[in-house]
Amino acid sequence: MEKYMFIFIGGDGSHLSPEAQQAQLQRWFAWVEKLNKEQRYVSGEALLPTAKRVAGIKKTVTDGPFAESKELVGGYFVLQAKNMDEAIKLAGEYPDFDLGGTVEIREVIKFDM
Amino acid sequence: MSETNINILVDHLFRHETGKMVSVLTRLLGFHSVDLAEDIVQDTLLKAMSAWKLNGVPENPSAWLYTVAKRKAIDVIRQQQVKQHHHSEISRALQSEWTLSPTVNNLFLENEVEDSQLRMIFACCHPSIPYEAQLALTLKTLCGLSAAEIANSFLTNEETITKRIYRAKEKIKEENISLEVPVPAHIPGRIDAVLHSLYLLFNEGYNSSHPDQLIRQDLCEEAIRLCLLLTRNPLTNTPKSNALLALMCFQASRDNARIDNDGNIILLKDQDRSLWNKSLIERGRYYQNASSVGDELSEYHIEAAIAGCHADAASFKETNWEIIYKLYSILLQFKPGPIIELNHAIATGYALSPAEGLKALENISSLNNHYLYHAAKGDFLIETGEFNLARKSYELALLLTQSSLEKKLLKQKIEALPITNSTINHA
Repeated sequence: MEKYMFIFIGGDGSHLSPEAQQAQLQRWFAWVEKLNKEQRYVSGEALLPTAKRVAGIKKTVTDGPFAESKELVGGYFVLQAKNMDEAIKLAGEYPDFDLGGTVEIREVIKFDM
Repeated sequence: MSETNINILVDHLFRHETGKMVSVLTRLLGFHSVDLAEDIVQDTLLKAMSAWKLNGVPENPSAWLYTVAKRKAIDVIRQQQVKQHHHSEISRALQSEWTLSPTVNNLFLENEVEDSQLRMIFACCHPSIPYEAQLALTLKTLCGLSAAEIANSFLTNEETITKRIYRAKEKIKEENISLEVPVPAHIPGRIDAVLHSLYLLFNEGYNSSHPDQLIRQDLCEEAIRLCLLLTRNPLTNTPKSNALLALMCFQASRDNARIDNDGNIILLKDQDRSLWNKSLIERGRYYQNASSVGDELSEYHIEAAIAGCHADAASFKETNWEIIYKLYSILLQFKPGPIIELNHAIATGYALSPAEGLKALENISSLNNHYLYHAAKGDFLIETGEFNLARKSYELALLLTQSSLEKKLLKQKIEALPITNSTINHA
């Protein structure tokens, strides 16, 4: 099994009613439950949109957010999959496609080669 | 997210917490800032959504939401986005850093949340706002439904509802309707309008021809939830509030029995009574008892008594028609109208005699296009042996009903009619 980071980008639920937002959450919970059951889930975090950047020799600090909301990274999961094909298949069940969301899949480098 | 996390949210949690938070924040910021209050709540829910979907549900989801909403509200107040429109004691407390956070925190305590909801009910159901706008505004601000959802449950378009809500909000601002529970001396005058709105809201769900049963049930549940809130505050826990709540419980108890698989309404006499919700009937009894304190008698008392009487009967035949007949006679004095007259006439037929029932039906002039009127006539005509007239009444009813179940039942009745000489001659 390899590890893959699923980076969740965008996905705007602001037009949804409270009831529909809750329904969307339930879809996520169902997905996570399935990932847990298949023992694929390793870790994950959600990220706030506010951000700072420190850059250059002068260590200049700039204030975020650095992307429009539809390009903003909202969080990530690290999941286990046999290979990239299987990871892509897993990403197919990401619930936020309907809300304009995107999943970026990055393979985690293995060091014990 | 740990594997032990159980990601279960209470049904309608977001919707109900929206209603609570909008009420609290509107009380905090003043009704002129109701849109701002709604924006804060929307932001709060979005934040919950983006955090919970990846991290799971926190231990106390409501407290989590309140904490976020409080912080956002305090930020907004600090940025002085709230103009000094409202002059309550709250607004003074918000001007000092010393009292800002404690004041905001205090408003999110459970009893204060209920108090805010109550204030909001009185504002939304103010007599100066037209009823349909009251209902739309109540569903939006207190029940957390979106304009699209309200439009869908009223079988109208979103634009109409948005306009209604907008006008209702403008009216509250124009008239300077304060977000206060009226002082005890004014409660009797104001609570009638509130109860009437909740009654209409319930009926909107109960009598709606909406194809989606869940939507109908939602409206009834919301009406019950708000009515329950009235009975939980000593100021508004009046006999009338309890009578209305009893009526709602009795009616809602039949919910699983009154809709067939195609979404058609099944009449009381044809319902499978084993499907009636016993615990709701018991709750109805409880509130009915609570409503019989004092000497106040309202239309809700009588309607609850009628509904309770039906709930008591093990079968349609065993219904106590004498009492129902008397109750409908009283109800007619409270609110005359053709549908009550129809029910009164039907009760007359069962309580006194089919001939008396027929006579009462014939005195109603405005229900010629109503299938129930002709179906009831047909039933009594059979009892009086006038089979030809009964057939004609059933056939008229058959033309007037849309319900496939009713059509089936009417056809069965027509087929069961004895063939008389005149029928043969006629053919």
